[in-house]
Amino acid sequence: MSPGYDVLVVGIGGQGTILASNVLGEACLIEGRPVKGAETHGMAQRGGSVESHIRIDGEYGPLITPGSADIIISFDLLEALRYKHYVRPGGKIVANRHFVVPTSVFVQGAAAPTEEEIRARLGDVGLCLLDAEAMAAEAGSPLAANIVMLGAASHFLPLSPDSLRKAVEKLVPQKTIEINRKAFDLGREAGAGCRE
Amino acid sequence: MSKQYLLGNEAIAHGCLESPVDFVSGYPGTPSSEVIDILRVQGERGYHVEWSVNEKVALENALAAAWCGVRALCTMKHVGLNVAADPLMTSAYTGVTGGLVIMSADDPYAHSSQNEQDTRCYAAFARIPCLDPSTIQEAHDMVRDAFALSEEFGLPVLFRPTTRICHSKGDVTLGDVKANTRVGRFVKDPRQYVVIPAHTRILHKKLNEKQPGIKKRLAESGYNTLSIKGKDAIIASGISATYVQELLPDDVSFMKIGAYPIDEAWLEEFVRRHEKVLVIEELAPVVEEVVRQVAGCVTVHGKKDGHSPYEGELSPRAVAKIMESAGICPKIQFVDADPLPDIPPRPPIMCAGCPHRPVFHAMRTVFRDGIYPSDIGCYTLGLQLGAVDTTICMGASVTVGSGIYHSGEESDIVSTIGDSTFLHTGIPGLLNAVYNGAEMILVILDNRTTGMTGHQPNPATGMTATGEATIPVSLEAISRACGVHFVETVDSYDLVGLVTAMKDAKARPGVKVIIARQPCVITARRAGIKRGRYRVDPDLCTGCGLCVKFGCPAIEIAGEKPHISDLCSGCGVCAQICPFGAIAKEGRR
Repeated sequence: MSPGYDVLVVGIGGQGTILASNVLGEACLIEGRPVKGAETHGMAQRGGSVESHIRIDGEYGPLITPGSADIIISFDLLEALRYKHYVRPGGKIVANRHFVVPTSVFVQGAAAPTEEEIRARLGDVGLCLLDAEAMAAEAGSPLAANIVMLGAASHFLPLSPDSLRKAVEKLVPQKTIEINRKAFDLGREAGAGCRE
Repeated sequence: MSKQYLLGNEAIAHGCLESPVDFVSGYPGTPSSEVIDILRVQGERGYHVEWSVNEKVALENALAAAWCGVRALCTMKHVGLNVAADPLMTSAYTGVTGGLVIMSADDPYAHSSQNEQDTRCYAAFARIPCLDPSTIQEAHDMVRDAFALSEEFGLPVLFRPTTRICHSKGDVTLGDVKANTRVGRFVKDPRQYVVIPAHTRILHKKLNEKQPGIKKRLAESGYNTLSIKGKDAIIASGISATYVQELLPDDVSFMKIGAYPIDEAWLEEFVRRHEKVLVIEELAPVVEEVVRQVAGCVTVHGKKDGHSPYEGELSPRAVAKIMESAGICPKIQFVDADPLPDIPPRPPIMCAGCPHRPVFHAMRTVFRDGIYPSDIGCYTLGLQLGAVDTTICMGASVTVGSGIYHSGEESDIVSTIGDSTFLHTGIPGLLNAVYNGAEMILVILDNRTTGMTGHQPNPATGMTATGEATIPVSLEAISRACGVHFVETVDSYDLVGLVTAMKDAKARPGVKVIIARQPCVITARRAGIKRGRYRVDPDLCTGCGLCVKFGCPAIEIAGEKPHISDLCSGCGVCAQICPFGAIAKEGRR
C-alpha cells in the first residue's frame, strides 16, 4: 500500500463532488501536506457518474488504484456500490443513504434496485450511512449535503476537523458559510456513531 | 511565491501569467478549455485574449502576434490540432520572433474525444520542440519557460498535457504574475514570411539545421532526467512517469522524458549501460522508437513487443502489470479488484429541460426511417435516443449528410449540428452541399453557447470571451448566404412548431435549414430564468410510458405511474407529448 491516505469521493454530476474534493485539498495545504487529486470534467458531468480522487500526502500520480482507497465518500448510495471495488480491505465507505435511480433504468424498463438490495451488496465493508439531505435541510440548504458528508467522514480522515472547517469556510460562497459550518457539524455528529 | 491546490489547467494559466503571455487565442475543447476560461476573466489584463472560431483561425492569429514579437499562447484539444495542422506545419518554416506556445491537450482513453491521437507525433512531423509534463508543477514550470524556449529556437513550441494533467489537482508552487511590457511591431521580411517556393526551400533547410542544437539544448533543460541504479532500467514519459516512480524498485534505473526531440547520444549512453530497458508511455511509441534506434544489443521492452498497450490511458495498476510482464517486480503489489456486475449504468445524459431532446424527438417522429448524421457537442448524446447515426469530427454532420445523399442513398437525411460547431467548420460544408446540389435537412441546434466545454460565448452570442458586447452573427443570414432558400427558425420547446417545420422542409427540394433555438438550460438557470415545475395528474395518467421514453431525467417511475422530480426545469415538452393531457404546470388546472 502507498504510505499516504487515499480518498475517493463519488456521486452524480452536479452533486458537488468537486467542491468536496477541493475542501480536502485545501485542508492539506492548511496542514502543509502534499496532496494530489484527479476528477471528472467535461461531458461526463452531465448527470453521469463522477469520481474525485484525493491522495492526502500524495507525492506521485493522482490516481487511486482499485482495492487501495482508504475511504470512499459517496453522495449517492448506488454510486457507493459502483465504486466499492476501490476500497481496500478494512477500508471505510461513508455514504448517503439515498440514491437517484438512473434514467437508463426507466427508459429501458428495467427494475430499479432497492435501498435494501444495495445495502446488502455493500455488506462486507465498514459502512457508515447517513441521511445527508435531511441534515443539509436542517443546516439551511439542500446544497450543503456535500459538506454534511465531509463532516461525517471527518472522523476517519487524517486531517484535523479544524483544518477541514477552515477549508470549508474558505471555499463556500460567503453568504453560505454559516449554513455549511452547521452542515459540517451535523455531519460530524452523525458520523460519530460510525466510529468503532 | 505561494502554494495553492490547483487544477492542472489553473496552474498552466498561472504559468502563462508569470511569463507573461501577451496574446491568447484558442477554441474550447476538453480537456484544454479551462486555461482560456481562467485567462479571460482576470481583472486588469495587459494581454489580448479571444475565443477564436476554430483552431486554424486561432493558430494563425497567434502566429501573427508572435511574428510581431509578442508572446502568444494558442490552446486546443488534440483533435483541434488537426484543424490547425495547415498553419502548424509551415509555422515551423517561418519561425517566430516572440514566443509561440501551442497547447494541444491529449486525451488518452478518449474520456471526451473522438480519438486518442498523440500530439508528440505532430511535433516530430513539424520538427518543432514538444514539452510533455508529468506533474502539475511541471506543467506550470514548463509553460512558463516554454515562451523563452520558443524565442531561443525561433520556433513554435508544442505543449502537450494530457487529461490526467489538465484535470488533476495538486499542491503547486506559483511565482509572481508579471506585467505586460511588449508591444507588437511587424518587421517586413518577405524571405521569412512569404513562403513562395524559392523562400520555403531555404526555410526548410534552415529548420533541419536547427535540429541538433534543439536536441542538445533540451537534454540540458532539466525536463529529461535520469538516475542510474542497476542493470535494468525504465524510461517513462508524461504522467506515466509518476506511476512508475511510485512503483520503482530501488535497484532499477529510471529516466524521465519530458522534452522532445530526444538527444540520441545522451539516450544511447544511458540505454547502453543497462541489460534491459522497459519503455512506458501512453499512446504512440514515440520514446520507444528512439530507444530501439540506439539500443544495440540491449533488450528493449515496450509496445512493439506486446508488453504495453498502444491504446487507452495508463494507471498505477496498468504500469505494475507492464512491469511484471517485462520481468521487473513493482514495489507495490496491488490486489485484484474489479467492479461489481449488474449495476445499472449512469452515463452522462442530456439535462432535464435540455433543448436538444425535443428536437431529436420531433426528428424521430417526422423522419422515422431517416439517416441522422450528427456532430461534436452535448447533442452527440442524442445517440441514446436513436437520433445520431454518425459523428466523425467537427462540422462533419453537414458533409457526411451530403456525401450520403450523393452516394445514391434515398432515405431522408437529417443532420444535426450545434451553433458553435456550425460556426467552427460547418459553414463550408453547407456551402458545398448547396453548391453541389445535395438534398438534405440541416438542423442547427442553437442553444446560444458552446455547451459541452463549459459555456463559452461564440460569434452568434454577441459577446466576446472577455464579456464585451460584439456584433452577433445571424445563423439565418449565414445559411441564406450559403444559398439555402428554406431557412426556418423554431423554438426548441415548441414540439408542434418543430414537427411542422420538419414536415415543410421534407416537402421541399434542395438543402433546407431549420434553426432550433432555445438557450442551454444550464445557462438559462444561471441567468435566473424560472419556468416553474410540471407534474403528472395520476387520475388522468394511463401509465402509457410515452413521457418516460422521452428520456428526461426528471421523469421517474414511482410505482405504476410516472412522477416528475425536482430536476424539472419547466420546459413543458413532456406536457406536449402526453396524449391524455395528464401533465400540466404545477398550480394550473
